[in-house]
Amino acid sequence: MKYVDEYRDPEEAQRLLEAIRPLAGEPLRIMEICGGHTHAIYRSGLDQVLPESIRFLHGPGCPVCVTPAVRIDQAIALAKRGCIVATFGDMLRVPGSHESLRQASARGADVRIVYGSLDAVEIARKNPGRDVVFLAVGFETTAPANACAILHARELDLENFSVLGSHVLVPPVLRYLLDAPGTEIDAFIGPGHVSTIVGSQDYAFLPEEYGKPVVIAGFEPLDLLEAVLLLLRQRAEGRCSVEVQYRRAVRPEGSPKARAVLEEVFELQDQDWRGIGRIPRSGLGIRPGFAPFDALSRYQPDLPQDVAEDAGEYICGAVIQGAKAPVECPAFGLGCTPEHPFGPGMVSSEGACAALFRYRQNAREARA
Amino acid sequence: MCLAVPGQVIEIGEDNMALVDLAGVRRKVCLDLVDGVRVQDYVLVHVGFALQRIDEEEARRARQQLEAMFALSRGEAEPS
Ligand code: SF4
Repeated sequence: MKYVDEYRDPEEAQRLLEAIRPLAGEPLRIMEICGGHTHAIYRSGLDQVLPESIRFLHGPGCPVCVTPAVRIDQAIALAKRGCIVATFGDMLRVPGSHESLRQASARGADVRIVYGSLDAVEIARKNPGRDVVFLAVGFETTAPANACAILHARELDLENFSVLGSHVLVPPVLRYLLDAPGTEIDAFIGPGHVSTIVGSQDYAFLPEEYGKPVVIAGFEPLDLLEAVLLLLRQRAEGRCSVEVQYRRAVRPEGSPKARAVLEEVFELQDQDWRGIGRIPRSGLGIRPGFAPFDALSRYQPDLPQDVAEDAGEYICGAVIQGAKAPVECPAFGLGCTPEHPFGPGMVSSEGACAALFRYRQNAREARA
Repeated sequence: MCLAVPGQVIEIGEDNMALVDLAGVRRKVCLDLVDGVRVQDYVLVHVGFALQRIDEEEARRARQQLEAMFALSRGEAEPS
């Protein structure tokens, strides 16, 4: 498959590793921000082939994981009122305060899995007698697509479609992590797909204000190895800047058209992150001009109210923030599994706990 | 959920929807978020939308730069 197979070449990986080794004497703690990267690191075993001095800290970049539990409760409440709830497949197992959408659907709630936001609009068009609520989550990558669904629904004059959103932004949560006491991050691997939309300039504050280098990377194993090499070279040459490894898809200015759609539909708001808490101006809310398409304003006051997020029973919050590794959690694999997630890190395949569980159970046993 | 995969544009319809070949599977993909997509272009597809065109020229340049980096680390070339 073009643009995939050529990035999975084992010989090329060896050459990259050989170039990395002499530069990896001193420890380097790299946070990969995006859950897609976490997944790719475990899937390809990169953490095991790299020199031990290089450690990955898993970032909070999994939108499913950080969606507040109350959004799930709200979706379930709306389904119980007779709405059709449409959402991405990953959202079904996410535990709400009492149950997940999958459990609610087993009890008769009409929950439908969609592949994309326009599929949810299509469901509304085909079911004019029913209210359709699209439970939409995402970072800057997915938010424009979800915004587009609202624009399409308006164009089609759909009165039975609305979005129950949890849209989060990368830069504010990175500031939050770096401002927290005891941060141990030396460098970042920047989110490739978010950057196709926002460009590379959004991360200039990391080297400029915090002295942390960033390499924006693609999602194939060779992309990530090259990103590690670029970070090590920056260190060896005494540089600190934003570099783009994923040049085939990331332009400095991102995608102006997608940014315009974001700007038209959304505005900045304070946002609750599961496992972290409320971060000022770290999310996107639907503008008042689109209120009929905003499930939160349309169905208030019948919905469970937003409440402050708590970090969960185990070390879920610390894992989501990259401060602890999933293996440090006593529940990891023992009770907490992707089938029965206790916390946010285990609910999506892009969560750190779930990715490790899926790819490393045997390796852990082998090493033990 | 955040998966985005490369695919090649087969045709573009009037409603700005394209038919895209994703490793042999054809899917309808909305082009509302990106400018200037043409038939045969490679695009990155995410939740039914093309996020960005894949730039073949940049991909090639990035490979060349990587080759230069390898040469550098083998000591076969001086930094330019
Ligand atoms: S293994 Fe489960 S309980 Fe432990 S941190 Fe991860 S999600 Fe939370």
